[in-house]
Amino acid sequence: MPKRVISLTVNGSSYEVAVEPWWTLLYTVREELGLTGSKEGCGTGDCGACSMLLDGRLVTSCIVLAVEADGCQVTTIEGLAQGGQLHPVQQAFVEKGAVQCGYCIPGMVMAAYDLLRRNPRPTLEDVRLGLAGNLCRCTGYTKIYEAVLAAAERLRGDGGKG
Amino acid sequence: MRPFAHFAPGSLDEAVEIFRREGEGGRPLAGGTDLVVQLKEGGHKFPYPRYLVSLRRLPELRALEWRDGQGLLLGAGLTMAEVARAEAVRGRYSALADGAGLVGSLQTMNMATVGGNVCNAAPSADTAPPLLALEASARIVGPEGERLVPLEEFWLGPGQTALRHGEVLVEFLLPPPMPRSASIYRRHTPRQQMDIAVVGVAVAVALDEAGRTLRKVRIALGAVAPTPMRARRAEAALEGQAPTDEAIARAAALAREEARPISDLRGSAAFRRHLVGVMTERLLREAIERARRS
Repeated sequence: MPKRVISLTVNGSSYEVAVEPWWTLLYTVREELGLTGSKEGCGTGDCGACSMLLDGRLVTSCIVLAVEADGCQVTTIEGLAQGGQLHPVQQAFVEKGAVQCGYCIPGMVMAAYDLLRRNPRPTLEDVRLGLAGNLCRCTGYTKIYEAVLAAAERLRGDGGKG
Repeated sequence: MRPFAHFAPGSLDEAVEIFRREGEGGRPLAGGTDLVVQLKEGGHKFPYPRYLVSLRRLPELRALEWRDGQGLLLGAGLTMAEVARAEAVRGRYSALADGAGLVGSLQTMNMATVGGNVCNAAPSADTAPPLLALEASARIVGPEGERLVPLEEFWLGPGQTALRHGEVLVEFLLPPPMPRSASIYRRHTPRQQMDIAVVGVAVAVALDEAGRTLRKVRIALGAVAPTPMRARRAEAALEGQAPTDEAIARAAALAREEARPISDLRGSAAFRRHLVGVMTERLLREAIERARRS
């Protein structure tokens, strides 16, 4: 069977890409489109390192077949920074020291970005639940939670008083 | 993953026709959160499929419609996230919203479908006890036409269902809840998310007009038998009775006896049996209290 050509809009750019039916979205984005920010950790949807938005919904792209994403809008970690400026979530991760080895961070940032779109005023518990599908083996999570809460405050622009 | 072919039909008829034309060795693909993982692991739970038929673009699997007198039509293709936040589910069938809101991570809930959870037929599936307690039926369409199967007859064993090759589970029919009723699902897990039920319990109760006796009681258990199961003796012991502490305790003890758990890495059979008793008692109390207030 020949490869199938699918259409993907990734971070606003349109791509036509020939894929095998058993290729995952993660593999396709990394190996065919060269966007290697999203990582493969477990490969079974448990660790969240490959998290990206598929038609606006957070998914673990290591268990999404690329053919299933045909015609969809995809946002990866590469799509968050605008005009050379880190997204406030990314900036907060840097400032709070939330990154150690860094492997889980693209997925963490995507999950945090998704959480803050849905809930601009999360409690610590909301953040913990929002990131429950993302594993970090270095940090112990505390700095990551601090970064997400700081980013929420910055995105609201109320200095935490609202 | 080893190679397979993939078809992406745009309608239910087309999907059924693909299964008919391609013959044996096909599997329907819904959210993929179980199936793709199983394919990656080599498909040892079932023969590795020759082809997949994607259900993602079938409009027939997307129903979410309340029909007066009939109940709720719930499309098998709705995701866990969609089911968990649907007002029609939260209001009238809250046990199902409870279960759908517990499956895996947010990422899982954004992809996994309620039909997929049921068809994967894990004894621990979090939507299974709620659907059993709510007396759901599955509408199945295949090459021979369509049939309506009560969920109690749908599961045959771990990973085994009543679906025949080429059949697609299209939607669930949930009968209308009685007045003064309530339903709850809860599971025991060491962690809140990203875990699999050690035991899951769903109860659905309805009180009479005066709120003095139980008109109807449904108790469904997950992860304590080869399939999700009803605790029928416990139900029968409570129906028609006043919901006294003694009656509730007696029913919980019966549910504990009816469970047929195994020991595995998530818990011993004895611990599971203990949990069934404790959880059934607590959930009955809570559901009866909610039904009183409804």
